[in-house]
Amino acid sequence: MRALQHIAMAAGVGLAALVGMGHQASAQIKIGAVLSVTGPASFLGDPEKKTLQIYVDEINAKGGVNGQKLELVVYDDAANSNSARTFATRLVEQDKVVAVIGPSTTGSTMAMIPVFEDAHIPLISLAGAVQIIEPVRKWVFKTPATDTMACEKIFADLKSRKLTQVALISGTDAFGKSMSVECHKVASKVGVRIMTEETYGPRDSDMTPQLTKIRDTPGVQAVINPGFGQGPAIVTRNYRQLGIKLPLYQSHGVCSKQYIKLAGEAAEGVRLPCSSLVIADKLPASDPQKPVVVDYARTFQQKTGQAVATFGGHAYDALMILVDAMKRAKSSDPAKVRDEIEKTKGFIGADGVVNMSPSDHLGLSVSSAFHMLEIKHGDWTLVPGT
Amino acid sequence: MAELLQFIFSGLTVGAVYALVGLGFTLIYNASDIINFAQGEFVMLGGMITVFLVAAGVPLPLAALIAVGLTTAVGLALHRLAIEPARGSSPVTLIMITIGASIFLRGIAQIIFDRRFHSLPSLFGSEPIHFGGATMLPQSLVVLAVAAIIVVLLWLFMERTLLGKAVTATAANRLAARLIGINTRRIVDFSFAISAAIGAVAGIVVTPITLTSYDVGTLLALKGFAAAMLGGIGSAPGAVVGGVLLGLIEALTAGYISSNYKDAVSFLIILIVLVAMPQGLFGRARIERV
Repeated sequence: MRALQHIAMAAGVGLAALVGMGHQASAQIKIGAVLSVTGPASFLGDPEKKTLQIYVDEINAKGGVNGQKLELVVYDDAANSNSARTFATRLVEQDKVVAVIGPSTTGSTMAMIPVFEDAHIPLISLAGAVQIIEPVRKWVFKTPATDTMACEKIFADLKSRKLTQVALISGTDAFGKSMSVECHKVASKVGVRIMTEETYGPRDSDMTPQLTKIRDTPGVQAVINPGFGQGPAIVTRNYRQLGIKLPLYQSHGVCSKQYIKLAGEAAEGVRLPCSSLVIADKLPASDPQKPVVVDYARTFQQKTGQAVATFGGHAYDALMILVDAMKRAKSSDPAKVRDEIEKTKGFIGADGVVNMSPSDHLGLSVSSAFHMLEIKHGDWTLVPGT
Repeated sequence: MAELLQFIFSGLTVGAVYALVGLGFTLIYNASDIINFAQGEFVMLGGMITVFLVAAGVPLPLAALIAVGLTTAVGLALHRLAIEPARGSSPVTLIMITIGASIFLRGIAQIIFDRRFHSLPSLFGSEPIHFGGATMLPQSLVVLAVAAIIVVLLWLFMERTLLGKAVTATAANRLAARLIGINTRRIVDFSFAISAAIGAVAGIVVTPITLTSYDVGTLLALKGFAAAMLGGIGSAPGAVVGGVLLGLIEALTAGYISSNYKDAVSFLIILIVLVAMPQGLFGRARIERV
């Protein structure tokens, strides 16, 4: 009871302080977020939620946006698209938010889109797939680069090495499947031939049969592994076990030190497209993204004690694009904010330099979204000229 | 030829993992007729506890020993706290309880450990053994050897010790077993403890191959269970033969037909075997007397 009284008193004092601060702080801008904080996609939602909280606090400490404080309403959909849809409705009808960040996964995003298209409230998704912004929907934006762009980056690097015949070994999870489909589409456009494709289950523990078949397919000059989780680490180990000498490309799905640790020495010489955040400290000083990613990585590490992950960067970009749009609109009216988000030009974020337009609700170019990295001595190195 | 040999090596590697996980199902089933769906979580606990102890600086053999000890305690606790209070319920209810326990253990592991993937170094290095143009990692042989040792120990225990006979008696008829003076509660306790220990050992030796994480148990248990069913649930040699067969079928399908159909083909074969031989390859026919 004593404790309760104390809390009540403290709350009273806090409230009085808020009221005392004057009129401009009286109203708050409500921003919604639906993230997969728990469940199978928690590795996405967890850093995303932490990032949003860190930066909303920071913005509020500096006086908020247009003189109003931000209020963040976070729901956890646990990567379930049904609950994402329920939370979407709740954000619109009950919480009356002006804009929404998230969700973390493509499935949840596709389920939520109709709600925000109807309610005329802008949604900035943190999920990967290209369907979210193709075709362009008036109220829907996203920040992470697409797997199409990852395929383009890999193929550009292949062509610069004069390699045009490749084999794919893809995971059968959503990530692997989607990227494999996109790579097939891109390949025919840029003149790369996919000679053969093998698949593996997301929990398989040995991929040597698939790799043996690839090794014995005539004409293959390089191997690409669209995949996520522990699968690519096992593919990399089996690749060396079989003594295959062809260049091996991994996807942006394994841009973490954990992959290098799991694959060990077998990861030497592997190339993969990653965002700037992964190699923040190794970027040349001339890179426009360098200050942004170095600062974000340091802030995240300091506040959470965890190593920075690319996923948190998606949330950082979404929040900053939204805040910039509100500042330019000098308003938090959803329709005005939407128009300004679409006019975002030259925004430098963790995922790249963003230039949106009415026909492009992502606004990233392949060259700014991805750097081609090669693993040397157990660490990332930038491949020159990319 | 080298190609076929590589597929067989792959099948043996994967099959050994399934076999070792499948073995964990046999003892609890023998003692209590329960299929313990938390068996996969024992495998996860064995691997994860070892990984975290090694990371904390504990030498690998000691870490493995502690992991087996702790997992055994978890197995005992599962029986005492969740299964025993529901004694007398139908096996279906008890199996549901083990599913609940599995979800619970996964949730706890997610909080205590983390959500990342981890690996353990192999005791015999990662340099592959070359044979006839194909390669195999030494750890695969370790897994096969451990599976063989466990089968022999289980067989000796069940056939040659009084305690083992008591387990068989408890499974056959709990009331009759109690009437002749067997403490059946103690026996089932014991079978949970040993199954947990087998699961933990499996988790430790397969981690260098499969890698581990808090949710590794679910799919390993599914494949291990399929292996145990194929071999005849309750039979230790059956679990091993079933596991290796399953691994070989998967590898050969991936190699000669298509990796897209490897799971479909292996489950199809399991279905065909179970239709023709409902007791599995090594299972004893159960006769219900009225």
